[in-house]
Amino acid sequence: MATETTDAARLGLGRADLHGLLYHMKLQRALEDRIIKLYYQGKIPGACYTGWGHEAIAVGAASALGDRDLVAPMHRDLGAFLVRGVEPREYFAQFMDRADSPTRGRDGNMHFGKMSKGILPFISHMAASLPVACGMAMACVMRGEARVVLSFFGDGASSTGPAHEAMNFAGALDLPVVFVLENNQFAYSTPVQRQTRVRNLADRAAGYGFPGEITDGSDVLAVYGAAKAAVERARRGEGPTLIECRMMRMRGHSEADDMSYLPPGWKEHAQAQDPIDCFVRYLRERDLLSEAEASQMDARIEAEVDEAQAGAEASPHPDPEEAARDVYCPGDGETRWLRRSDSARAERVDAGGTGEEEGIRWR
Amino acid sequence: MAVMTYLEAISAGLREAMRRDERVFLIGEDIGVFGGAFKVTKGFIDEFGPQRVVDAPLAETAIVGSAIGAAVMGMRPVVEMQFADFVTDAFTQVVNMAAKFHYRNDWCVPVVIRMPYGGGLRAGPYHSSCMEAWFVHTPGLKVVTPATPEDAKGLLLAGIRDDNPVMYFEHKHLYRHVRGEVPDGYYETPIGEAAVRRQGSHLSLFTYGWMVHLALQAAHRAAGEGIEVEVVDLRSLAPMDKEAIAASVARTGKALVVHEATKTGGVGGEIAAFIAEECFESLDGPVVRVASVDTPVPHSPVLEDAFLPGVESIAAAIRKLAAY
Repeated sequence: MATETTDAARLGLGRADLHGLLYHMKLQRALEDRIIKLYYQGKIPGACYTGWGHEAIAVGAASALGDRDLVAPMHRDLGAFLVRGVEPREYFAQFMDRADSPTRGRDGNMHFGKMSKGILPFISHMAASLPVACGMAMACVMRGEARVVLSFFGDGASSTGPAHEAMNFAGALDLPVVFVLENNQFAYSTPVQRQTRVRNLADRAAGYGFPGEITDGSDVLAVYGAAKAAVERARRGEGPTLIECRMMRMRGHSEADDMSYLPPGWKEHAQAQDPIDCFVRYLRERDLLSEAEASQMDARIEAEVDEAQAGAEASPHPDPEEAARDVYCPGDGETRWLRRSDSARAERVDAGGTGEEEGIRWR
Repeated sequence: MAVMTYLEAISAGLREAMRRDERVFLIGEDIGVFGGAFKVTKGFIDEFGPQRVVDAPLAETAIVGSAIGAAVMGMRPVVEMQFADFVTDAFTQVVNMAAKFHYRNDWCVPVVIRMPYGGGLRAGPYHSSCMEAWFVHTPGLKVVTPATPEDAKGLLLAGIRDDNPVMYFEHKHLYRHVRGEVPDGYYETPIGEAAVRRQGSHLSLFTYGWMVHLALQAAHRAAGEGIEVEVVDLRSLAPMDKEAIAASVARTGKALVVHEATKTGGVGGEIAAFIAEECFESLDGPVVRVASVDTPVPHSPVLEDAFLPGVESIAAAIRKLAAY
């Protein structure tokens, strides 16, 4: 599937941009490989989920956003967190339930977000973040802020009511949301053919009245290109887009999943479409990545992963008294919103504008 | 101070909040052009426009979920469930998204969900339920149940200013049946403070919502028989004013809990357990509950009257407990 149909130059991506994409994909892979190792060493409480094989989607789509845009990721999208500046140390601390992790031990694995980076925390209920992403976009429109929300979900989640309600809602209200559907063709063990009679999940978009397209989810440039176009449409006030990123499951739903349901030959076929291998090949074939650059990148990532792991391991477990705290917001929410409504103009000034630019208009 | 109905007081509270704070907006089904199924937001779209009075598709999950999304962006959405019963279609968003947000992430979710609830309208199993216990059992939510026009406005304004998700249970039967004095302008009824509606020395009666009014009638009747009942309107169920409960039981030694919701697993059980645990030394009789029968809310007037607590059944429980 990963072919040479995309063209980095046409997408306006220079050598440094391409290296940035590769770096974030490789960093996601390296961090998750380390987490898997730690999980089997008994250092990760509970279950262990990774986004193995989904790196091109997480990194490609998130890279299409501006700094002030917003993301509602799912549990396979570590790359999106990294692109937006979440530190590897925070990731390790979160998986290890440490006191200084994003959820301070209150929640585990990929169930975290980061307000300062515009990342909504994910919950286990599939597609539950899609309606919330719609509301984030709605707030931006109400305040005249030209910001876009990227909302990720999977092929299994596409069968849920919240996915349908949210996409229909976004269409009806013309909201600047881009729905990124990560179709790895299995919801845990259930094949996508058992999810729906629809052959292309992207076709659902027609029922909501906005464009739906299929892209190669193992090709980071394809994902980036599709997301970029959709984000720009949303920012122009032309409403939502559904992007179905099609790829092949490379690793189990969680580490408890032995993938016994995969048909013969699947793993080999999926391996041949590893998004990182494909992108490295693409870059190498075009002299966009030298051998020295590749090994430097790998060394840098290894050092970062080691340092992040050590940092997280050095941080304490939460105080048992923390279990009963913080159920309610103490009333200082004012200081902690993603953006305050009265700051819309200031934000436009911060972003280099005059403050008088138009936001996205309500239809 | 103006005299208005419970429904008019809710409208007044919403209007006050929206005029004061541009972050406040309303979202729900048929609330804009049509003014809402019960006309709580009649005329709002003319004053505030369609961006602040959002007519949403018929999709409770999307409505509540989008309100949560706007709330984490620093807006102050007020959701109208057309009937409280329909909140089941948004249950994940309320109990798993909104309620757990602060504990997990430190993010605050200042959303108010207006829940037109309760029976007496001959509306049957899907337009009459009292489901406050589900939310009282969910850490992270606040639950309020005003019984008077003054509290309807005051608790609404307090809920809108609160940085937590607030389930605001407004009783449909009270909408046009109850009138009362409502202070002008902005004021708040503090969340978590009960109000003693009638003082008495023989027995404490803890209740909320519509039942406050029936309890007062029953207490009046009991007074004619020489039984002085202290009627405590809880007003907030989460957090609950346990100090007020304990203080009243200490004065009277007897506790009767009355609620319209069905009995088993209801809030009354929690109140009774609190009294048993914390007020045992004050008690001079069993803690008694009067509640609806453990069935869905029936549609027929004859059946609904048999299902609901009434002045008679409350008065009978008062007499029996007083005589214990």
